[in-house]
Amino acid sequence: MGLNEKPLSTLHEKASYDLGDFDVPTGREEAWRFTPLSRLKGLHNGKAEPVGHVRVDVDAAPEVTVETVGRDDARVGKSFMPTDRVSAQAWNTFEKATVITVPREAVTSKPTVLTLTGEGDGATYGHIVVKVEPMAEAVLVLDHKGSAVYADNIEFVVGDGANLKVVSLQDWDDDAVHVSHHHAQLAKDATFRSFVVTLGGDLVRLSPSVTYTAPGGDADMSGVYFVDAGQHLEHRLLVDHSQPNCKSNVDYRGALQGEAAHAVWIGDVIIRVEAEGTDTYELNRNLILTDGARADSVPNLEILTGEVAGAGHASASGRLDDEHIFYLQARGIPYDEARRLVVRGFLGQLVEKIQIEEIRERVMNALEAELSR
Amino acid sequence: MSTLEIRDLQVAVEDKEILRGVNLTVKAGQTHAIMGPNGSGKSTLAYAIAGHPKYTITGGQVLLDGVDLLELSVDERARAGLFLAMQYPVEVPGVSVSNFLRSAVTAVRGEAPKLREFAKDLKAGMDALSIDPAFAQRNLNEGFSGGEKKRHEILQMELLKPKIAVLDETDSGLDVDALRVVSEGINRFRASGETGVLLITHYTRILRYVKPDFVHVFAAGRIVEEGGPELAEKLEAEGYEQYTKASA
Ligand SMILES: Nc1ncnc2c1ncn2[C@@H]1O[C@H](COP(=O)(O)OP(=O)(O)O)[C@@H](O)[C@H]1O
Ligand SMILES: [Mg+2]
Repeated sequence: MGLNEKPLSTLHEKASYDLGDFDVPTGREEAWRFTPLSRLKGLHNGKAEPVGHVRVDVDAAPEVTVETVGRDDARVGKSFMPTDRVSAQAWNTFEKATVITVPREAVTSKPTVLTLTGEGDGATYGHIVVKVEPMAEAVLVLDHKGSAVYADNIEFVVGDGANLKVVSLQDWDDDAVHVSHHHAQLAKDATFRSFVVTLGGDLVRLSPSVTYTAPGGDADMSGVYFVDAGQHLEHRLLVDHSQPNCKSNVDYRGALQGEAAHAVWIGDVIIRVEAEGTDTYELNRNLILTDGARADSVPNLEILTGEVAGAGHASASGRLDDEHIFYLQARGIPYDEARRLVVRGFLGQLVEKIQIEEIRERVMNALEAELSR
Repeated sequence: MSTLEIRDLQVAVEDKEILRGVNLTVKAGQTHAIMGPNGSGKSTLAYAIAGHPKYTITGGQVLLDGVDLLELSVDERARAGLFLAMQYPVEVPGVSVSNFLRSAVTAVRGEAPKLREFAKDLKAGMDALSIDPAFAQRNLNEGFSGGEKKRHEILQMELLKPKIAVLDETDSGLDVDALRVVSEGINRFRASGETGVLLITHYTRILRYVKPDFVHVFAAGRIVEEGGPELAEKLEAEGYEQYTKASA
């Protein structure tokens, strides 16, 4: 669980739209060493033919426009370049992209909900662009369910002074495989709030990243996950501070139970020479509920400037606290329920950050269902 | 009428013998004070009765109305009617006081209380102990002052209505006002005459507010002297020195 001393800037420097620029991972690469490649069902080596379907249903706020566009649409792929093989595969293979636009200065009157339902009929590659124009404000929910072998890139393009809040639920069926890249690009004084909830699926590898194109950007990325027996749930955060006076805060929490439950959390933060006045903190905590469950947690902070406002990171993985359980049991609460209360409290404290009550309740209910399984 | 019977109880912590044969019977309607110097094993007695996993029972029995508590899990003991007010109540992040109390009351009563009734009982209980109603929404013991934690322990006792309550240094660290409020709570609890109280304390101060029927002096893991309330006065005047010397 120690610090990785390798300079990050080399780890993330490769970016290309060309699939051929990325070798098929072998599992020995730093970026792939935790992921069980054999369970990716070919998403990483070109063997997963795009024959399946993930249905996209949209319930949009009236202020936003939603379009389904082809590969050649000018708005697609402007804010990012793939930095790994699966991201490049998804980029090169998707057929239709969903483009959501929040017009300049619009403040949406309700969340826009995208429900992505895997139809269990083979590999699928997807692409979503969410463009929030200057001074606009929007809330977006991505709800992933069903059975799928799915790789996608999602671009969150947040304009000057705009505000985007995203909740992404990965509540897949037990057999699903999902490799996803969230690319947030923040313009001047943009605010980005991301809340990731990963519960279902055989293997989920989600890589949320943030880049800044101007000073004043503020990103807050939270996540909760609950890993059951046999599941591999991996979250790889990257915040690339390349502009002065931007903020980032990362806080992910997970609970794990059961044989071969495996959580991976990588938190990479780069503060480049020009990013003076950066304020960043990243945190990951894991609650390991049973033997046989394992959490790998690797925070990396690379500071290349001497002038930061604040920079820190922490990672802690541990067992349930016996004293907590004893206290609750001493009040008559049976062990299983005591454990549930403590885990719900541990994860729920983070869920409290979701300001929209309806979505907060939805997330709590999903966690509740997971806990009572 | 309930009875807690502790028979020749021997307890070890990490292979170290702490309790060396404790005998004590607490009946409903009685208040027993256990007094003793720091480190004499008072908390060990309390935790062992409640079933804390760190304490190993090496001999003896603890019976509540004939049921051997030592055979029961921690939560079963509580549901059988035992309550332990802890010397150092732990902070449980993310679990709100109201959620915790409702879960506890539901578990102990065997059914969920009616929401409105529960809210009323909770409010009355908090009022009586001068607890700010806002505490219901706070995380369990998190950021509570010492006095707030202790009042909150007494609130739980009053809501759960156990047969026997063991209070481990509930008076420690309280200022006079808080001590009075907490004592009134204990007195309300025992007013029915149907509950027994085992009051563990280091100081005689609380015994001016909560009059014991019996006083037991604890030293080096066992009871070394027993008497009525007058024994507390003797301890007040003379301290524990004679007992610690004798048992050393
Ligand atoms: N968890 C523990 N681990 C090791 N020793 C302990 C533990 N708890 C208590 N003891 C030892 O047991 C003895 C009695 O402690 P305790 O029951 O807390 O006494 P009291 O409550 O009377 O102050 C002390 O010598 C203490 O050091
Ligand atoms: Mg003690």
